[in-house]
Amino acid sequence: MKYIIAVIQPHRLDAVREALSARGVQGMTVSEVRGFGRQKGQKEIYRGAEYTMHYVPKIKLEIAVDDNLADTVVEAITEGARTGHIGDGKIFVLDLEGAMRVRTGEMGAEAL
Amino acid sequence: MIDTGNTAWLLTATALVLFMTLPGLALFYGGLVRADNLLSVLMQCFAITCMVSVMWLAFAYSLTFSGTGPWLGDLEKMLLRGIAREAAGPNTTVPETVFFMFQMTFAIITPALIIGAFAERMSFGAVLLFTALWLVIVYVPVAHWIWGGGWLAQKGVLDFAGGLVVHLTAGISALLLAIMIGPRRGFPEEATVPHAPWMTMAGACMLWVGWFGFNAGSALKAGGDAGMAMTVTHISASTAALVWLTIEWVKYGKPSMIGIVTGAVAGLATITPASGYVGPGAALVIGLAGGTICYLMVVLVKRRLKIDDSLDVFAVHGIGGATGVLLTAIFADATFGGIGLAEGRDIGGQFAIQLTGVIATLVWSLVASFFIIKLVQLVTPLRVNAETEEQGLDLRTHGERGYNM
Repeated sequence: MKYIIAVIQPHRLDAVREALSARGVQGMTVSEVRGFGRQKGQKEIYRGAEYTMHYVPKIKLEIAVDDNLADTVVEAITEGARTGHIGDGKIFVLDLEGAMRVRTGEMGAEAL
Repeated sequence: MIDTGNTAWLLTATALVLFMTLPGLALFYGGLVRADNLLSVLMQCFAITCMVSVMWLAFAYSLTFSGTGPWLGDLEKMLLRGIAREAAGPNTTVPETVFFMFQMTFAIITPALIIGAFAERMSFGAVLLFTALWLVIVYVPVAHWIWGGGWLAQKGVLDFAGGLVVHLTAGISALLLAIMIGPRRGFPEEATVPHAPWMTMAGACMLWVGWFGFNAGSALKAGGDAGMAMTVTHISASTAALVWLTIEWVKYGKPSMIGIVTGAVAGLATITPASGYVGPGAALVIGLAGGTICYLMVVLVKRRLKIDDSLDVFAVHGIGGATGVLLTAIFADATFGGIGLAEGRDIGGQFAIQLTGVIATLVWSLVASFFIIKLVQLVTPLRVNAETEEQGLDLRTHGERGYNM
């Protein structure tokens, strides 16, 4: 099993969800987060004064899938999230050791 | 003789001007600070309102409007004693209680304006002590000089609704206090951005509506003067707002909400001293001047001089008020559609008188505020400690949070 974490532009969330649904992904966890990467924050101007916002709003997705679906998920996220501009985000793929469905007690890939 | 129509308008105008401070100015300022400091600003506006009200009744009204001394009034009307229910206020046809209440709302909003200079860092006790002293030592004398029959009134200074009495006194003292208390942590690079521009917009709209009471009410009667004052007030606000919008659009490519409402407030402050004396054409010019000059001053104070007058009290109110006072000399003249200057006085002569008013108000506000701040420092530190400033004044000073989410 793989655990896929993606940090994307907030306004691309719907496109990513649609791309994932189209490929049969059944669930994900979404959080509103802030951070910075090479994009290095952004500038906002209030009454003529420029302020550097060090942390930019982002959306973090977390998806647990069976090994054979991992590449598909990465592909779907990329398709939905890419605008070609700096700040499009990153995708991380981790090995997942275990999973359990709380209601039934199912373990491993069965639980996903 | 009491006139019921005039009384009805002044009762209404009084409510409008109080509404400018509570909640108008409070929300205008509240939206511009960090979320962790929202309540501190609302609380300062509210507490100042209550404190000034009590002081106004106790003695401040009397010192301002009773007696004919050139420098200060007397204490004859302390606690409004000896005033008959039906007696008219000085030079008006409204009951003295109505005149008292109307003038009180001006005494409230003026020190409340200064909050913008020290927002997010001044200790609550120091705010109250400063305000109490400032009301007595700066506001009361200047209001007496100009509106209470004092020496500037006798010279012929024209200040219809408070370009000098309200906006310049507050603006100058705000600038000095901003310098003496020092900038917010992280200023200028990382000073906090406005936490709720929508709240600032809502507050500015209340200020705008309330300003009809402020300027049109200053006619002290219902009629043509009030009608024209309301008209020029509205036109100046709209013009200055458009100026600000245009500058931002051209300069940054993005016309901002905070920008357009700041422009409107600048236009309102600038027309204030002129509002009873000028015509609608002049309102366009005064709005244009107010919007442009105040914008340049915000940039100068914050960006060039790096003074953390946090919510731009000096640049918007001080400069707007002074600009309006000087322009009044020109646009009050009948050739420019005004009501006409005093018999035998030309624009140059009036301008010199207006300039005297500006300089006297500026010098007095500056010198008196300096000593007031020094005095406050002897009693209590001006600033909260670094930890409180970082965590926010709401929780550390008032034990509450603006948002429990």
